[in-house]
Amino acid sequence: MIEIRGVTKFFDEKKVLQEVDALFEKGKVNLIIGKSGSGKTVLLKSLIGLLPVDAGMIRFDDREITGLNMKNMKEIRKEMGVVFQGGALFDSLSVIENVLFPLNFFSRMNEEEKRERALFCLRRVNLNDTGHLYPAELSGGMKKRVAIARAIVLQPRYLFCDEPNSGLDPLTAIVIDNLLSELTHEYGMTTIINTHDMNSVFEIGEKIVFIHEGRKEWEGDREAILHSTTPALNEFLFTSKFNRMVKENIR
Amino acid sequence: MKFLDILGAYLLFMRRIFTKPEKRRVFFRELSNELEKLGLNSIILVMIISFFIGAVLTLQTAYNMSNPLLPRYLIGYLTRETLLLEFSSTIVSLILAGKIGSNIASEIGTMRITEQIEALEAMGLNSVSYLVGPKIAAALVINPVLYIFSVFIGIIGGFLAGLSAGSVNYDDYINGLHFEFNPYYVTYSIIKTLFFAVIFTSIPAFYGYNVRGGALEVGRASTRAVVDSSIAILVANLILTKILL
Ligand SMILES: Nc1ncnc2c1ncn2[C@@H]1O[C@H](COP(=O)(O)OP(=O)(O)OP(=O)(O)O)[C@@H](O)[C@H]1O
Ligand SMILES: [Mg+2]
Repeated sequence: MIEIRGVTKFFDEKKVLQEVDALFEKGKVNLIIGKSGSGKTVLLKSLIGLLPVDAGMIRFDDREITGLNMKNMKEIRKEMGVVFQGGALFDSLSVIENVLFPLNFFSRMNEEEKRERALFCLRRVNLNDTGHLYPAELSGGMKKRVAIARAIVLQPRYLFCDEPNSGLDPLTAIVIDNLLSELTHEYGMTTIINTHDMNSVFEIGEKIVFIHEGRKEWEGDREAILHSTTPALNEFLFTSKFNRMVKENIR
Repeated sequence: MKFLDILGAYLLFMRRIFTKPEKRRVFFRELSNELEKLGLNSIILVMIISFFIGAVLTLQTAYNMSNPLLPRYLIGYLTRETLLLEFSSTIVSLILAGKIGSNIASEIGTMRITEQIEALEAMGLNSVSYLVGPKIAAALVINPVLYIFSVFIGIIGGFLAGLSAGSVNYDDYINGLHFEFNPYYVTYSIIKTLFFAVIFTSIPAFYGYNVRGGALEVGRASTRAVVDSSIAILVANLILTKILL
């Protein structure tokens, strides 16, 4: 579980996050949704501690991370897996070396066990026989999957994904979404995913936080979202004719 | 004001480089990668340039010494002194600042804009020490070696050119090489190459690390890195010469 209260973030004079409260639940897929520029990435990076917040409290289960020193923060970071918006694979390393990377630093396994674990994670994201390839040789969807494999290799308690299916075709996007959902339930992780994809909301969203211009405007589950009366959320969700039709039919 | 801000940020950056590596094994693996990259990248270039500069130095000195009263061994002597004192340390480092410096700035800059550096930080690693530490260590090992190579190749270049142009003979040149040899000059130059090695790796790394934006900014950072590390090398050369000689 991750809980945040009053999280506020400025860039110079610009208030990018305004007193955001939210609760992200364990063993569930928590989505942060909002349109481009609303502050999703900034919120996610604040949660991970990559961006310092100007006010507010962030708690990982019973550990508060705001104001934590480097050493203690490092302990929590070992329990986090992060999938960045572009994958952020290390260009100079092959696929298998990318997945091995966290193991080389933080596991006590021997070489053989590390290799086994890395290959297991690659198989888990449906990548077989790609270990020798380099990131430049992969398609967008494959990169995302390698990034997911690298993020889960240390069996994290918390998984963060920044738009894991942006730039992918709808079919591949659903495959990635379902993969993340399965992994979340399999390992009981607290998973937080940024997205502006409506399919993701209805496919895997168990807990949804809607961010609008740096403020949290709505929080709830998938069923409730169809009945929300928040204007900004409705506009965001149901601008497309198709989504409006779906909503009418479900109601 | 602006300059002092950058200098302060650079010093803080340097402090993050010199922390204990997370895993010794990983550090040494990265170091051997960097040694290979740096060595292969620069040795041929340094050899070619040193050969030709040595050759030209000898021919020019010979040409300027048409006065029969000047002893001919001065040609070998002056070639040696120029290479030993200035060319093989300072000029070679300036060349490396161009080649290796732009490489480092664009490599680290690209890692920044593609969130690879944040990925390292998110794993709980000190990205600065992981990325830059092995590069500096490799340059500290390689640059003195390149210096020695450059001196020898330059002397050989001068010898061959002088001999084939008929401007020196074997004995004169060899006598010149031995004439008034001061071993402290080698120490002085090797100390310089160590400082220059830190400069032409850390300044480009600093600019790359602080890139914000996209590919355009990476290109800009790389240009600035080369210019500023060249200037820093020249200034350091002046200061070190004042202190050491
Ligand atoms: N490093 C930064 N410096 C200054 N402003 C920033 C910085 N990072 C983000 N911002 C600003 O913060 C706001 C929120 O950006 P953010 O990247 O969080 O949006 P987002 O919701 O992730 O959008 P997208 O869906 O396009 O990824 C934007 O207005 C952006 O300009
Ligand atoms: Mg974003």
